[in-house]
Amino acid sequence: MSSPEAAAADAAQVACAHCQLPVPESLLEPGEAHQFCCHGCKTVYAMIHAEGLEAYYDLRGEEDALPVKNVAGSYEELDDPTFTARYCSARPDGLVTTELYLEGVHCSACLWLVEKSLSQMEGVAEARLNFAQARLKVMWRPDAVPLSAIASRLASLGYPAHPARYGTKDVTQEEERKLLIRLGVAGAVAGNVMLMAFALYGGWLSGMEEEYRTLFRWGSLLACLPAALYSGWPFYRSAFHGLRNKVLHMDLPISLGIGAGFLHGLVNTITGRGEIYFDSVSALIFLLLVGRLLQLRQQRRASESTELLYALTPSSARRLGEDGEARRVPLEAIQVGDRLEVQAGEMVPTDGVVESGASAVDLSLLSGEAMPVEVRKEDQVWGGTTNLQDTLVMRVTHAIRDARVGRIAEMVVDAAQSRAPVVQLADKVAGWFVGIVLVLSVVTFVAWRILDPAVAIDHAVALLIVSCPCALGLATPLAITAAIGKAARRGILAKSGAALEALGQLKKGILFFDKTGTLTHGRMEVVALVGPDWVKPLIAAAEAGVTHPVGRALRKACLDSGEAPTADEVELVHGGGLVAEVGGHTLHIGSPRFVRAHSLHDRGFAAQVEAWSQDALTPVWVAVDGRVVAAAGLSDRLRSEARASVEALARQGFEVHILSGDHPSVVSAVGRALGLPEEHCHGGQSPEDKLARVKAAAAEGQVVMVGDGVNDAAALAAATVGVAVHGGAETCFAAADVFLQKPGVDTLSDLVEGARRTTRTIRNNIIFSLAYNVLGASLAMTGLLNPLVAAILMPVSSLVVVTNSFRFQFVRAPEERA
Amino acid sequence: MSVLYMVLPLALIIATVAVWAFVWSVKRGQFDDLETPAMRILHDDTEARRPKPSDERKSPNS
Repeated sequence: MSSPEAAAADAAQVACAHCQLPVPESLLEPGEAHQFCCHGCKTVYAMIHAEGLEAYYDLRGEEDALPVKNVAGSYEELDDPTFTARYCSARPDGLVTTELYLEGVHCSACLWLVEKSLSQMEGVAEARLNFAQARLKVMWRPDAVPLSAIASRLASLGYPAHPARYGTKDVTQEEERKLLIRLGVAGAVAGNVMLMAFALYGGWLSGMEEEYRTLFRWGSLLACLPAALYSGWPFYRSAFHGLRNKVLHMDLPISLGIGAGFLHGLVNTITGRGEIYFDSVSALIFLLLVGRLLQLRQQRRASESTELLYALTPSSARRLGEDGEARRVPLEAIQVGDRLEVQAGEMVPTDGVVESGASAVDLSLLSGEAMPVEVRKEDQVWGGTTNLQDTLVMRVTHAIRDARVGRIAEMVVDAAQSRAPVVQLADKVAGWFVGIVLVLSVVTFVAWRILDPAVAIDHAVALLIVSCPCALGLATPLAITAAIGKAARRGILAKSGAALEALGQLKKGILFFDKTGTLTHGRMEVVALVGPDWVKPLIAAAEAGVTHPVGRALRKACLDSGEAPTADEVELVHGGGLVAEVGGHTLHIGSPRFVRAHSLHDRGFAAQVEAWSQDALTPVWVAVDGRVVAAAGLSDRLRSEARASVEALARQGFEVHILSGDHPSVVSAVGRALGLPEEHCHGGQSPEDKLARVKAAAAEGQVVMVGDGVNDAAALAAATVGVAVHGGAETCFAAADVFLQKPGVDTLSDLVEGARRTTRTIRNNIIFSLAYNVLGASLAMTGLLNPLVAAILMPVSSLVVVTNSFRFQFVRAPEERA
Repeated sequence: MSVLYMVLPLALIIATVAVWAFVWSVKRGQFDDLETPAMRILHDDTEARRPKPSDERKSPNS
């Protein structure tokens, strides 16, 4: 996707010794054997070698590596008694256990590194990482090593730790275990009953003595008992509830089939005449439970929404005591009225008012705005935002639950719980399926009563058994499991099958895009730079230590032309820009208003500002020694593939809108660049506004929301299908149904196509299984069915469904596309 | 063929024992995480090949 020039440039670049990503030229150290792309990677590399854990690189192999997220921190809040009381459990042998959620775990080498490195620490008895959930269970001796040391070690390796804090996870764990036990019993039963059934089949073909026939029949009955009574219980219970609430779903015909089959077999075994179908019944129960377990496993993968709140804010804060000393305490210990110290680069823990200090904060988490906002004494600050420049001391006004970010998280939970579950295709079929089967069995019974009364009941029951929708019950879970796996291999992580089905069933609807980070890169970049080349090193020097995104963007743009001198003196002026002394020159860099106040302006730069505001670029002026010599236009650059993606989605039937917290003029400019009409571009939206818009649209039709970051979380949960885009908070996944791992929006049309194919596969599965049911029913009604025929028919229909589910292609291979 | 009267109940008893063992391991949480152990198997091989840099450091990992 990059231009040939860019590709050539990439090839010439040196790869980081740790993460293999290209090292920016500015960070190359000549003469060094190993180069690194960032300080984090360098630190981790040194640490890995110091510990003798170089095998990590072998294990990681070809996996995509990520640069290390550098998180400094003492983690002393983990030793605080409040934390211990809440999150740790003490064992009788003196060890303490707790669970930590780790960021940055993305491959098996990470698993090895984490477990190996921790187990080499003195005092750590056990460290086991659950890869899928990125949760580490650690058992250690508190008097030998504090938890903070363990967390620091993890952080220095590139895996920042957070307390794992939710309890509802245990409930679904219990449910899943119970289901697994039922499944195990059903499997054991099915196998054994099948063995005995084979003996009986052999008996028909070559004759069997009556006593042994009786033995096997009673044996089958006895073995089938636990399956029919215990394993099959969930189906009966669900069918009963469905009947009571007048909702027809697949469990009703299933219960009918199993129940009729078992009872009929029971009667026949006792009376000693007629056929028994225990083999089909137990196999049915087993296969249907497999489908059920698949569905439950997928549902469990969905993260808890309450986790969202805690992942958005730091787990601790620095509280100032009466003596003025700052101590790290867990977030839960913070109360209204506490005074907190927030340093530059840290997240604001909760809502409050600034008591002293002046700085700029990055509100993008709450508002989506890429431009930082100045704050000083008496200004409000919000939890979840990032403090950019200077240390702030704030007074807490809201505890985290009542903070703005907390209330947003609650909105997410509410929206997610009130969302109507998508009615699966198979359940739709169930309704009239039951009716038809019942009618047919009555017809069969009556017809045979006239023809040959002795076998009437046998044939009617045979019909019920063979028409039991095993394949139908498997049709959806199998296709969805396969689809989720295929999608995951393409970097599309679907939280549940329901989302894929919903997306696939969408013929047309409204698609809302967030702007910042989704359609754009989410970073301020210098798009246009007007000025002489000699100014560039001076600018780079002046912006060297600035954390402000505008400053960083300027430095990046000016750095690759020659080397940068060091600034002698830099002074940040709030509300405008900075003043710097570089190599004897005085520089003023900042907004046109700021620079104009300190220097002469002319040379047509004012006209430039006018032109740029048309494109919604943020202007920055540079004055050297009192004269404006350069100007830069900055914006959050649109992703290169955005326009093509939007057009593709429009072709797939969506009406595309933009929802953004950024200024309306900027949003309109982006809309124009994408070819969208003015009325589809909505700027200046707060998270609450976005939620309202999505809800309104959802009331009238299907809505897909594509977003990134907390400010979209509630809207994502309220949409019919919410899609979170790479680069957003990990937590966005908790609110969204689908998470696109690869950056950019071009995988979105792949997702839609794949979802449509999945729905088509499910539909095909249902048609196949219905065809087999018709065949089986005809055989039963005409009296040609016996247990052997039934035992052959059923696996064949299931096999067809299985192969169909796994062989379909999620997305057409790229070379086939136009 | 009268051995069937002994063999069949025996088979069922063995099946019952197997099911009991399965239930026991599920309750102890051995089936909760099926992905991670699959990755861990590979790790041991690599570890055995590489000599440990400091031999006096004992590894408490079982």
